[in-house]
Amino acid sequence: MPMPLPYYVSPEQMMKDKAEYARKGIARGRSLVALEYADGILLVAENPSTLLHKISEIYDRIAFAGVGKYNEFENLRIAGVRHADLKGYSYHREDVTAKALANAYSQALGNIFTDAIKPFEVEVLVVEVGEPPNGKNEMYHILYDGTIEDELQYAAMGGQAEEIRRFLKDHYRDALPLVDAVRLGVRALTVTQNKTLTESDLEVAVLDRSRERRKFRRIPPAELQALLGREGP
Amino acid sequence: MHDRWQALFANYLSPSFVDLIRSHSPEPFPAPAPRAGAAAAAGEGAGLVLPKGTTILALRYAEGVVMAGDRQATEGYQVAHRRIEKVYKADDYSAIAIAGVAGPSIEMARLFQTELEHYEKVEGEGLSLEGKANKLAQMIRMNLPAAMQGLIVIPIFAGFDLRRGEGRIFKYDMTGGRYEEMDHYATGSGGKDARTTLKKLYRTGCSRDEGIRLAAEALVDAAEEDVATAGPDPIYGIFPSVKIITRRGFEDVPEAEARQHFEAVLAARRAGAQGGAR
Repeated sequence: MPMPLPYYVSPEQMMKDKAEYARKGIARGRSLVALEYADGILLVAENPSTLLHKISEIYDRIAFAGVGKYNEFENLRIAGVRHADLKGYSYHREDVTAKALANAYSQALGNIFTDAIKPFEVEVLVVEVGEPPNGKNEMYHILYDGTIEDELQYAAMGGQAEEIRRFLKDHYRDALPLVDAVRLGVRALTVTQNKTLTESDLEVAVLDRSRERRKFRRIPPAELQALLGREGP
Repeated sequence: MHDRWQALFANYLSPSFVDLIRSHSPEPFPAPAPRAGAAAAAGEGAGLVLPKGTTILALRYAEGVVMAGDRQATEGYQVAHRRIEKVYKADDYSAIAIAGVAGPSIEMARLFQTELEHYEKVEGEGLSLEGKANKLAQMIRMNLPAAMQGLIVIPIFAGFDLRRGEGRIFKYDMTGGRYEEMDHYATGSGGKDARTTLKKLYRTGCSRDEGIRLAAEALVDAAEEDVATAGPDPIYGIFPSVKIITRRGFEDVPEAEARQHFEAVLAARRAGAQGGAR
């Protein structure tokens, strides 16, 4: 009886296939942008659900955003909350940093990409608002394979991230007030599509450094409508 | 494969920080020392003298709850600390006041704060007030072995119940027993004296000013009758801390305002004492 030949797939091919699989999964989802604005960092996602969030609070100055497969980035989000709360409880609240969390995500996603048959179809963003006098905003973008980048001024993830980044490169300005930043973020999300986004299609939150300890705040639909309503012709 | 999936699901389901930290080191609560039974039975008599918090109280008023505590910790007959804080914000709508051995009490308050915030972040919405009160009961029960050795933690938990639209007060015993008080409660070494004052002077539906004044009366009585409880200290400017919780959330009563009430209570007593001497 002839022995069945074991499959051989070269490592290069395997990684390429996995990466393509993950990218396709992410590209199917809607996009998300983060912008530094006058009072901190703004996060805007296209998300028609008001219950299943893409943007969430991790810790006092740190927020999380994910695109791609919901159950996968939700898992990462909870792991992040656990990491942050454990660290803050063991040491001090100041010792919880976006950098450490971003590295932990990078390790986790890198390991999953290498070891698991199916890579995670997600990209996540970890942002931290800096407090005066010497705090700086930080934004870390982590890809499905654990690649980590730190971004300045703005970041985009999801299906149309490339086009959105190009748009923001031309239109971003420093220290925009909230209303302008929200409008810019929403316009950026629509660059590749022929529709306007209203408050019911959007999930918007800020890390506002003027707030007390917990800087994270969701912008409720009514307030968002007011912010978008001021948009000129 | 099945086990792995189950483990993942069990992990995923628990929004409790206490569960999480129990699976890690160090232990949040001191484990009972082996063969310490004999010493434990003797409790503090075995030479274990630890800083202890003294008097705390809570009372309901028209808009919510007033909570207050004196600022002293004692070690036997010594003052361990003059400015300790015994009433902590637990979250936006609740507070925990601690009496008992200071170390584990403060640690429990901190763990409880983290627990509530952790739950809120993981689940996306906060616990009900009743849920918070029950969770605290479980935490006190976890501390039972240590409590048997003298490391007793007995908090008062109070908050504004947004669903019912009223302030609520919960008291606990060493075993984690949880009981709701309708109007007011005080505990700690001067608790009994404060309770007597509250019982005599309490009026249902009193105003914020009346509530804070009553808290001041009760704490001054506790300080007069109990050596461990500190009264207002005008020399160093240390006054008991007073907090309120209403529909608008947790609020520190400004020190100047609390001070006024304590000074008024002291002035009334001074006048009374002089009147009596004449």
